Amino acid sequence: MKKIWSYLAGGIFFTLLWWGVSLVLSLPIVPSPWEVVARLLQTFTETVAIHGFYSLWRIMVGLLLAILLGFPLGLSMGYYPSLDRYLAPLVYLTYPVPKIALLPIFMLLGGVGEAPKIIMIFLIVVFQVIIAVRDSIRAIPAETYYPLFSLGASFRHLFSEVLWPASLPKFITALRVALATAISVLFFTETFGTQYGMGYFIMDAWLRVNYLDMYVGIMVLSLMGLALFSLLDAIEYRATRWQRKG
Amino acid sequence: MIEVKNLSVRYGEEKFVALTGVNLTVPTGTVCVLIGPSGCGKSSLLRAVAGLQSAAGGEVLVDGLPLKPTEKKIGFMPQNYGLLPWRTVRDNALLGCRIKGTIDSGTEARLARLLAVLGLKGMEDRYPGELSGGQQQRVSLARIFLMEPDILLMDEPFSALDTITREDMQEVFLSLWRKQAVTTLLVTHYVEEALYLGNKIVLMASHPGRVTDVMENPLFGATDLRSDPAYFALAGELRRKIKETRGA
Ligand SMILES: Nc1ncnc2c1ncn2[C@@H]1O[C@H](COP(=O)(O)OP(=O)(O)OP(=O)(O)O)[C@@H](O)[C@H]1O
Ligand SMILES: [Mg+2]
Repeated sequence: MKKIWSYLAGGIFFTLLWWGVSLVLSLPIVPSPWEVVARLLQTFTETVAIHGFYSLWRIMVGLLLAILLGFPLGLSMGYYPSLDRYLAPLVYLTYPVPKIALLPIFMLLGGVGEAPKIIMIFLIVVFQVIIAVRDSIRAIPAETYYPLFSLGASFRHLFSEVLWPASLPKFITALRVALATAISVLFFTETFGTQYGMGYFIMDAWLRVNYLDMYVGIMVLSLMGLALFSLLDAIEYRATRWQRKG
Repeated sequence: MIEVKNLSVRYGEEKFVALTGVNLTVPTGTVCVLIGPSGCGKSSLLRAVAGLQSAAGGEVLVDGLPLKPTEKKIGFMPQNYGLLPWRTVRDNALLGCRIKGTIDSGTEARLARLLAVLGLKGMEDRYPGELSGGQQQRVSLARIFLMEPDILLMDEPFSALDTITREDMQEVFLSLWRKQAVTTLLVTHYVEEALYLGNKIVLMASHPGRVTDVMENPLFGATDLRSDPAYFALAGELRRKIKETRGA
C-alpha cells in the first residue's frame, strides 16, 4: 500500500513538473498535461485505441513466443551442462548483436507486415530469458534436489517444487529489463510499413505537426509500458513471497 | 533390513577417499546410530544409503535389493534440513506426502497434530527463511514423520535444538518410532543420544573414513537413562573408544 502511495506521489510530481514547464515555455510543442488528457479522452475510442491495441498485441505475442521458447531452452541448458556446452557459444555469439540492425533483413524476408515487428520483440526478450533461467537453474545447490530425489520425484514434481520457483525471480527480472528495450524497439519498427501502432500514430502526428496528438501517443505508449511493468510487479509480488523477509 | 557391503565413496577429480570398506547391517525395525568425529564421512554414508551419492565400490541393499526411491518410502533428513526456501512450513512438511501422492482426508489433521507436538503451531504459513535453525529442523522432522516412511535416514536430526527441546524431540521420535518401528539409520555427535536412541551403535573414524567398532546397546529407549548405572559404564566405554579412534 505504501508503495502505491509513493508511486502516486511520483506521478503527481511529474505531472506538476510538466505543467510548470509548459507554463514557462508556453509553446505549442509543450502543451499542458490537462490539454493532452482532454484530447486523449476525446480521441481515445475513435483513433488511439486501435493503435494502442496493435502495439499491445505485437508486444504480447513477441513476449509470449520468447517465453515459450526461452524458458524451456534456458531450463534445459541450466539442468543439462552438456547441452549448455553446445548452446552457450551460440547464445553468447548472437546475444550482443544489436537486434534492431537486423530489422531491414527481416523486412526483406518477411515483408513489412506483423512478422518482422514481432520477431524483433521476440529476439530482444528471448536472450534475456534464456540466460536468466539458465543461470538460476545452475545456481541451485545440489542439496536442494536431495529431498526430491530421495522421494523418487518425477520430473513434473522436480519442475513444480524446485526448477520453477528457483528460476522465477530472475525470470521476471529479465522480462522487466527486456520489456523496456522491447517497447523502444517496437516504437521504431512501427514507424515503417504499417498504418497501425503507437509508433505510427506518434510519427504521423509529428509529421502532421499535430503536437497534441503526438503527446497523446507518447502518453498512451508510456502508460502501456507502465501497465506491463505493474503487471510483472504484481506477478512477482505474488509468486516470490518467500524472498521477502518479515 | 539395510545392508552396506564394502562400500567406498570418493569425491572430486582427485578421488578423495571419504569412505572405504564400510560394512554395516541394520536389521528391520531397529535403530542404528552412527557416531564419529566431524569429517569422518557420516553424511557421505547416509547419502550413499539414500542413493544420492554414487558408490566408488561396494553396494547398498535394502531388503536384499538395491534401493529404488520410487518404490520405497525413504525418510531422508539431511544435515541442512532439506527445506525448500520457496515453500511454507505447511507445504514443506507435506512434501513427502505430496510427491508420494498419499494426501487424503486425514492428512490435514495429522499434520496439525504433528506440528503441535513439534511446537510449530501457528507457523504454518511462514517460510524457512523466517524460522530459527531449530524450528527449521523440526519442520524437517515433521516432513519425514508425516510420510510414514519404510526406512529413516536422519543426519544429526536434533543438532540445532537446545537441551530441553532436544529431549522432547527424542521422545517424539521414539514414540513415533514405536508406533511404526521403522528401520532407521541416525547420525549423531552425542554419546548420550547414541545410547538413548540406538539399538546398535556404529563408531567411525576418519582418514580414511571407516567403521571401527559396532556395539549392541542394551540401554535403547531406557526410560530413565541417567539414573541407570549401566549408562555410565557404557557411556564411558563409548567415549574411550571415540578418543582411541581419534588418536589412531
Ligand atoms: N561434495 C563433496 N565434495 C568433496 N569432498 C566432500 C564432499 N562432501 C564431503 N566431502 C569430504 O568428505 C569427507 C566426509 O564428509 P562428510 O560430510 O560425510 O563428514 P561428516 O562425518 O558428516 O562430518 P560432520 O560431522 O562435520 O557433518 C570430508 O573430509 C569432506 O571434506
Ligand atoms: Mg555430516
